Amino acid sequence: MSLAADPGTDAVEAMVPSVDVAPETQPVGWRHRHLLDVDGLSTSDLDLVMRTTDAMREVLTRPIAKVPALRGRQVTILFYEASTRTRVSFEVAAKNLSADVVNIAAASSSVTKGESLVDTVRTVEALGAHMLVIRHSVSGAPYLAAETFGGSVLNGGDGWHAHPTQALLDLYTMRERLGGSVAGRKIVILGDLLHSRVARSNIWTLTAAGADLWLCGPATLVRGFEAWAGRGAAAGRRFHVTTDVDEALRDADVVMALRIQRERMASGLLPSMREYAARYGLTRTRLAGAKPGALVMHPGPMNEGVEIAADVAAGAQSVITDQVTNGVAVRMALLYLLAGTHGSGGAGASST
Amino acid sequence: MSGRQIMTADEIRRATTRLSHEIVEKQAGTDGLMLIGIQRRGVPLARRIAASILEHEGVEVPVGALDITFYRDDLSLVAQQPIVKGTELPSGIDGRTIILVDDVLFTGRTIRAAMDALVDFGRPQAIRLAVLVDRGHRELPIRADHVGKNVPTSREESVRVHLEETDGADEVEIERLPVDVGAGTSAGEPVR
Repeated sequence: MSLAADPGTDAVEAMVPSVDVAPETQPVGWRHRHLLDVDGLSTSDLDLVMRTTDAMREVLTRPIAKVPALRGRQVTILFYEASTRTRVSFEVAAKNLSADVVNIAAASSSVTKGESLVDTVRTVEALGAHMLVIRHSVSGAPYLAAETFGGSVLNGGDGWHAHPTQALLDLYTMRERLGGSVAGRKIVILGDLLHSRVARSNIWTLTAAGADLWLCGPATLVRGFEAWAGRGAAAGRRFHVTTDVDEALRDADVVMALRIQRERMASGLLPSMREYAARYGLTRTRLAGAKPGALVMHPGPMNEGVEIAADVAAGAQSVITDQVTNGVAVRMALLYLLAGTHGSGGAGASST
Repeated sequence: MSGRQIMTADEIRRATTRLSHEIVEKQAGTDGLMLIGIQRRGVPLARRIAASILEHEGVEVPVGALDITFYRDDLSLVAQQPIVKGTELPSGIDGRTIILVDDVLFTGRTIRAAMDALVDFGRPQAIRLAVLVDRGHRELPIRADHVGKNVPTSREESVRVHLEETDGADEVEIERLPVDVGAGTSAGEPVR
């Protein structure tokens, strides 16, 4: 229960002034204006996101799955890279909170006429955006956007760097399925780690939550992670890197397969997709080495038959559709929490 | 705490029992009744009223919990988002008589938010309001159907309800607020 532990909760509540305010109306201690990565989130921040996500899950079960919390806020979704689930998930999340949603796909915008990122951000702000969800193929692009934008920026995935909402929805899904905590659980991330922003963000949250994390893939796709694992171990985080898929999967509680990112892949990293599938694909036979009932996850979109076999992806152990549903709830929680950190919705609050 | 006590544990117990009798009397029975406590202290109060109805009528009335955070009218004014405690309704509310239960009735804004939230869940036959303390100073045309204790207050005072379940002991206190209290707590008071 490392994340859900009471000390974290108490710490949040201890921070708030003990003047005459009922506990339910006290500030929550969420101080981040932007969500650019997960590495700035403390354990109590993570716990707060998880608890708020619980509340959003309940909202999703209502006959009218919509609450007026973000009424009058404009959420602009600016995606420079292809996406279905993340973009739609953010849109559904914002709409469930009654925000006004503006969608911009870079392919059909003035970006094709040469408009710079900074100019585009200024433009969407001038058009009334209070919150900006951005996905970009260049690592760090959301940080640049955050320097310009007056409201809150949420990183919807930047290059190889970070995908914070994915890591948070993965953590939520695992905690829910593993009885409330991932502490001490063996979690395997299998596949194309090199190009994976999902893996980089997950490494942070899962080790912070006390998981026994294993990264596994062909040597060409895990390079660089050994040094990181060494530093992580020095900081008391459990974090292993291996090229031996059977060792990685042995007695695992969770196996997360990552997509082979062909569009980012330089030639020579893999002999062929078929060779990769044969040596590292998550098949029923390989999964049999994990704990009975081990969870199967995939951030999507999947190359079925490459990093994951179709029968495993659709099998009883798969929680891949849970990941999608929880993604909406986690993004609702983050939009809600971030909306409180700037004064875009009215008088009173400062813009810092 | 440093306030002046205005209700003892015994007085809270008697008031809760009386509220339970009034609710059943007004409804001419318990058919279709559902008690919904407003987070946070309305919830244990609703459970106590249900327990009292069970004791005197032998009927178990369903109890729910309602979090009104997402329906607050001051969300865009507060500096930080309030903690969400969660909503849990035992069943659908269509056609039922809902008794909203809260600890203190003040501006009426919490109740406005609660009614907005409830109608998103369905169409109750009626919504009534039961509160432990009515301290006046309404800002909306809302009144309680059942009141444990009417307490005349000034706006510079605050009424605090402590309950065994949430605070370790039963007690209601009244206290004069320090003048500068608004500064650090803009996320707080407006709704209540």
